[in-house]
Amino acid sequence: MALSGMRGLSVFISDVRNCQNKDQERLRVDKELGNIRTRFKNEKGLSPYEKKKYVWKMLYIFMLGYDVDFGHMEAVSLISAPKYPEKQVGYIVTSCLLNENHDFLRLAINTVRNDIIGRNETFQCLALTMVGNIGGRDFAESLAPDVQKLLISSSCRPLVRKKAALCLLRLFRKNPDVVNVDGWVDRMAQLLDERDLGVLTSSMSLLVALVSNNHEAYWSCLPKCVKTLERLARNQDIPQEYTYYGIPSPWLQVKTMRALQYFPTIEDPNTRRSLFEVLQRILMGTDVVKNVNKNNASHAVLFEALALVMHLDAEKEMMSQCVALLGKFIAVREPNIRYLGLENMTRMLLVTDVQDIIKRHQAQIITSLKDPDISIRRRALDLLYGMCDITNAKDIVEELLQYLSTAEFAMREELSLKAAILAEKFAPDLSWYVDVILQLIDKAGDFVSDDIWFRVVQFVTNNEDLQPYAAAKAREYLDKPAIHETMVKVSAYLLGEFGHLLARRPGCSPKELFSIIHEKLPTVLSSTIPILLSTYAKILMHTQPPDPELQNQIWGIFNKYESCIDAEIQQRAVEYHALSRKGASLMDILAEMPKFPERQSALIKKAEDTEVDTAEQSAIKLRAQQQMSSALVVTDQRPANGTPSGIQLSLVKVPSMSINEDQNMAEQGLSHENGILSKVDPQTPSADLLGDLLGPLAIEGPPGTDVQSQQNIVSGLENVPNTVEAAAIVPVEEQTNSVQIGIKAEWRAHQGRVVLFLGNKNTSPLVSVHAIILPPSHLKIELSLVPDTIPPRAQVQCPLEVVNLRPSRDVAVLDFSYKFGNNMVNAKLRLPAVLNKFLHPISVSGDEFFPQWRSLSGPPLKLQEVVRGVRPMPLLDMANLFNSFRLMVSPGLDPNPNNLVASTTYYSESTRPMLCLIRIETDPADRTQLRMTVASGDPTLTFELKEFIKEQLVSIPTALRSPMAATPAPPIPQPTSPAAALTDPGAMLAGLL
Amino acid sequence: MIHFVLLISRQGKVRLTKWYSPYTQKERTKVLRELSGVILTRGPKLCNFVEWRGYKVVYKRYASLYFCMCIDEEDNELEILEIIHHYVEILDRYFGSVCELDLIFNFHKAYYILDELLIAGELQESSKKTVARLIAAQDSLVEAAKEQRSSISNIIAQATK
Repeated sequence: MALSGMRGLSVFISDVRNCQNKDQERLRVDKELGNIRTRFKNEKGLSPYEKKKYVWKMLYIFMLGYDVDFGHMEAVSLISAPKYPEKQVGYIVTSCLLNENHDFLRLAINTVRNDIIGRNETFQCLALTMVGNIGGRDFAESLAPDVQKLLISSSCRPLVRKKAALCLLRLFRKNPDVVNVDGWVDRMAQLLDERDLGVLTSSMSLLVALVSNNHEAYWSCLPKCVKTLERLARNQDIPQEYTYYGIPSPWLQVKTMRALQYFPTIEDPNTRRSLFEVLQRILMGTDVVKNVNKNNASHAVLFEALALVMHLDAEKEMMSQCVALLGKFIAVREPNIRYLGLENMTRMLLVTDVQDIIKRHQAQIITSLKDPDISIRRRALDLLYGMCDITNAKDIVEELLQYLSTAEFAMREELSLKAAILAEKFAPDLSWYVDVILQLIDKAGDFVSDDIWFRVVQFVTNNEDLQPYAAAKAREYLDKPAIHETMVKVSAYLLGEFGHLLARRPGCSPKELFSIIHEKLPTVLSSTIPILLSTYAKILMHTQPPDPELQNQIWGIFNKYESCIDAEIQQRAVEYHALSRKGASLMDILAEMPKFPERQSALIKKAEDTEVDTAEQSAIKLRAQQQMSSALVVTDQRPANGTPSGIQLSLVKVPSMSINEDQNMAEQGLSHENGILSKVDPQTPSADLLGDLLGPLAIEGPPGTDVQSQQNIVSGLENVPNTVEAAAIVPVEEQTNSVQIGIKAEWRAHQGRVVLFLGNKNTSPLVSVHAIILPPSHLKIELSLVPDTIPPRAQVQCPLEVVNLRPSRDVAVLDFSYKFGNNMVNAKLRLPAVLNKFLHPISVSGDEFFPQWRSLSGPPLKLQEVVRGVRPMPLLDMANLFNSFRLMVSPGLDPNPNNLVASTTYYSESTRPMLCLIRIETDPADRTQLRMTVASGDPTLTFELKEFIKEQLVSIPTALRSPMAATPAPPIPQPTSPAAALTDPGAMLAGLL
Repeated sequence: MIHFVLLISRQGKVRLTKWYSPYTQKERTKVLRELSGVILTRGPKLCNFVEWRGYKVVYKRYASLYFCMCIDEEDNELEILEIIHHYVEILDRYFGSVCELDLIFNFHKAYYILDELLIAGELQESSKKTVARLIAAQDSLVEAAKEQRSSISNIIAQATK
């Protein structure tokens, strides 16, 4: 029976099938579309049969992937046909042709509603099916109550009610705010007593959506779920037609166990006991049988049971039983079971105390890494990554490296990132780490992101013992005939810095090093050349006594690149050339890079970020299940191995940069941002850029007690007063970092928009989350609603609106509390809404400055104070500091070179923008004291600003800023230039010269 | 939940698509292209799951046809695999040993049947018997309307003779 029953349709389908190629097919389709279009135009002549036929043809064409931009109206109009055959076609075609966002659907709402509330149950079914498949907000608004009525109506037959249940599920998932389910607990409980298993299956799906949204309300359904599961698992009273290969509806069993996983625990001991009995029965009673379908069905149930056992945190015995089962599964031949075994074992890693048992299966898992099936290899890779620790890192990473050479492209990137992270996290010794990374670059250079080699450079720079070893290794790789660009970069960098440590070894004289590196120059991209030039400059500097021949050679190269079109290369060539003629000063400037400040690995951070991303995704998914559009976004995935942003590069180019400079930079980036904010929508990419810029500043508190972490936060804030923007603060659960709070802020005039990121790093939800802002009287802060629960591994964002009313140095405090297990955790965190956020730098000329200065005479508008105990710093640093606080320094305004004059505008709601003028007089003989004069049109402002600046001058962290003295040059205060310019060593050197 | 159902022939021809999440036509085409590339090239002895863009696609080949369903990462894969088989069995029962041609020329029937099985990307009915009964009832409704129509046209024809 291969005929559609509609001759015209069959003929058309045959025609399309007979087309030899895509072009012919398109011609045939276009012809048909033209035909349909004309027929629809003269609609009068169309019989219902013809209309049906053409609408089906349209659907067929649409299904093949062609655009059909007409005829939607005809399809929709069939819905209102009085007869079943037309109506049926109308409903089905409409639900395939249109999606929930389509305007045409609105036209149909009335008809659909009439069908739903009408008496004809076949019409009811059609309408419920369509709404269940594509119903959007409009449908939810006008139909939800009717659908609810049908679901619980005693006069409706099961065939209508099961459709009503799923239709309601859809409406609720998409628009939980529209569908009113208050008081549905009892109804749901009633539905779970349903005898008809079709209705019960649909209702169970509905329950899953409802409990995932609000499990607390549905406690009373829990025992019923357990009862249902018992009934199914024991095969009591299950009609034959609801068994599938002898198994009582495996789907309903799975659904029921899914619903149970949304309840955090089961308190009632009896319910718990009977549930565990059932689970035990499933775990032990599932055998492998010959029939594939029976096997699949029983294992679907088994794996769901495993998930439920894990969720319920069962007794140790049962857990080890689970691990034993999984251990069996990962060794079977059947690929599906092996895949699921690996997948679930990865989930199992989150359960405490079983890691050691899982480790016993390491060899088996490594075999799966060589499986012909990429899906299985992916699972194996994830599992190995998850189970890796200090004891097995060497083995696992070496396996990964070995696999890297044969792995397909789709996996190499992930593989190399994971190998790099594991090597860093669990390196038994650092030389092994260097080996691993260099091998990684050698084998899969294309997939090694810059982060990876930046990190190895940081390690080597910070560990003197490692330097000769790393340099020697780099030298070895250079002997290879063809090496990857990244290898050129890293070895050139390492040899430039540490090559001189090898001087006595064969083949490592400066000349030899130079020539072997220089050999690579013709093959590299222009982005690598600057690194090579730095290396040459360093080699030159290390060649003592100078070798005139080498010098001439290198000068020749600098000379050649002095006219290079690439500005970076040109600048370096010019500067190095000039520097290298200066003799002694070269030594200072090109001296070895100082140690990097200890910071979180960009890699690990990236890995965590992607985890957060995925957590966010799943949180979104979770929400989507409850509400809206679960459509996946079909865009190209951003490669994890993204192009390096300027800031990352700068970490290596200017390793001397201390954290503080980072902050300044970020700050300046920010003020820059602020400068143009008036035109910029806060949602523009520049805001994201800002986020990226601030990213590295996230400060994570070390594990400790709450009190400690709070101190951390506070000291964090005090130490780095101008970074508060990005203070990511971590109140800490005993031993584990459970919560991460981050901040992103934008400031504009007297207003600010701050977004708090509350991240739950646990695998269980955080409950009873409360966040209250205790604003000081001068700030008006509105915190949007903070959800009561943060789902596991998810992040929620809470926007805050800040309005500055009056000048004050008081700081707003976030009072944050949540419940973890049975403990209430509370933390008070200072928010970065400080005085200088409401400043806007303004440059003032001498003509403007002096009359103002004079007109504001004496207290209280003008205040003067001698400040002692100032941290001594060069004037230039102080100017930077001021600029970073958005107090714009006007150089040269004060004739005395030891003085500094700055101006800014202050914004608050109650006053007009106020000009503030500041003068600092320093004493070159004693840098620990200075005289400060602050003037503005408002006495309070003058006082507060003076105190604010004083605090900053006195409390600057010595430890962090001191390396500055040793660095080539401080960053140049140019608030208006892009932050990137500051990271450029060339620019810095230019400043020095 | 199931985000979409695809039936693709071994040659990459689309035999049926059903989308439970909103996708534009452009996105649909892209999804089809990508997934046929991934799934049709997989060997016979591999597992039935493919990880794709943060989702999972569960697929099974029946003769020359691949049945694919896209689900969320945390969903139960085997359960979906058996929904596919359940659907195939119902088609088989309806068409009497179903083949690809049946589905090509009766793609609308395949839609009707799918609608009795899934709504909103969730399983609606797990009894083959019930689904068969409902589909038969629909067919007879259509037949009845046809007969009625022809009898009316007979009457009109007679009257206007």
